[in-house]
Amino acid sequence: MTDDGLKSLPLEDLHKSAGARFGAFAGWSMPLTYPPGVLKEHLHTRQHAGLFDISHMKLFEIEGPDAGRLLETACPLDTSALSRGQSKYTLLLNADAGIIDDLIVTRLGDHRFMVVANAGNADKDGARLKALAAGLNAAVTPLDRVFLAIQGPDAADIVARSGIDAAGLTFMTGFEPQPGWFMTRSGYTGEDGFEIAVPLSDAADLAERLLADDRLMWIGLAARDSLRLEAGLCLHGNDITEETDPVEAALVWAIPKSLREGGRFEGASAFSAALDKGPAQRRVGLKPDGRQPVRGGATLTDEAGNPVGRVTSGGFGPSAGHPVAIGYVSTSLASAGTRIFADVRGTKVPVDVHSLPFTPHRYRKG
Amino acid sequence: MSKTYFTQDHEWIRVEGDTATVGITNYAQEQLGDLVFVELPEAGKVVKTGDTAVVVESVKAASDVYAPVDGEIVEANAALSSDPALVNSAPAGDGWLWKMKLADTSQLDGLLDAAAYEKLIA
Repeated sequence: MTDDGLKSLPLEDLHKSAGARFGAFAGWSMPLTYPPGVLKEHLHTRQHAGLFDISHMKLFEIEGPDAGRLLETACPLDTSALSRGQSKYTLLLNADAGIIDDLIVTRLGDHRFMVVANAGNADKDGARLKALAAGLNAAVTPLDRVFLAIQGPDAADIVARSGIDAAGLTFMTGFEPQPGWFMTRSGYTGEDGFEIAVPLSDAADLAERLLADDRLMWIGLAARDSLRLEAGLCLHGNDITEETDPVEAALVWAIPKSLREGGRFEGASAFSAALDKGPAQRRVGLKPDGRQPVRGGATLTDEAGNPVGRVTSGGFGPSAGHPVAIGYVSTSLASAGTRIFADVRGTKVPVDVHSLPFTPHRYRKG
Repeated sequence: MSKTYFTQDHEWIRVEGDTATVGITNYAQEQLGDLVFVELPEAGKVVKTGDTAVVVESVKAASDVYAPVDGEIVEANAALSSDPALVNSAPAGDGWLWKMKLADTSQLDGLLDAAAYEKLIA
């Protein structure tokens, strides 16, 4: 705990000695930037590789004969379609199909799964999973791990040279390299890469082994945000919330076709109804004209000044070379190329609806 | 002969006669990180102490830079339109933000000198 009541990362001393500048995020004191700064960190990740401490995110192990059933109740998920080692991006929905959180679920055994949840929602997610587990034979166990992400085109080579054999992994698959470890080929930057969870006792040694490679450097939360924004990936709490459903959030692809007209998951009927009705607004990419960033919270208008939506995340895309944003607009204006305007401190900044991602994903799909 | 003053908000004001050049300090640019955009004022704009004169935008956030004293903006640093990173690389030099004609030079007495500013950020 810091003086501000924030939680400290287990490897905080390592970040301090690396020169990190810290800031608050989701109740944690997080490294925001390191001495190279957000621009260089961002570009280095896309060019070589970056190491991110994402230990603020929470892992839950779900185990028991009803583990699959529990997940299929909590999420629009078909666990029978998940083979061992396969990961799936899914959503924790409320009864109105509002998005409580977005999660990655990985099958580790016949009756065992790993769930990765967002830091800010971890307590809520854990409580909800445990409540839904009542009457089922499935245990929900939060794990204490140091969680690192290695992202970028050199990530696979760096991991191999550090002595971890992950060559068999393709995008959205995972395994347990040794007891207490959990590793997937995934991430949140749009680049190839891995996420590795290890017990604290193994963490500093792993970080040191990885960083022995000159191509890898620590990357802070500021660049993590600009990387995910360019990659068009949602930040829960900004781009998706309990007030948005998967249809307007343009996340229907994450829901198996077999469950779209009905399923046993929480929010199933609200979701099908939203799908049948069609969304009034839709999540889109936004490319501001010029150099001025348009930030989350800005109102979007049409030429005449009528409100047509809002920006939910925005900033500058160092690799894109221009400002990038994500937001919601009326469905009639949601096609790429539509010119709208953002109100930035009273100035009408022209913005074009843009396809997502802004920078192409470079996942290793095998 | 010019004299440089500082503010609690991490600006510097270099005064020659009744005109001043204003920028942010090295400490401020370090805190802000890499700038990607500077919203510059129009020449002729009249500002009061504490008014937002310039908005500097980093990758992550927008921050206001306030007028340290009353006056009229006579020039904005046009070089920042194409190269906002000048504020990072040369905050006290080529990365200056605006020049202003001072309305009341006695307001300068309320600002910090270099020694007091060094103490503030120490």
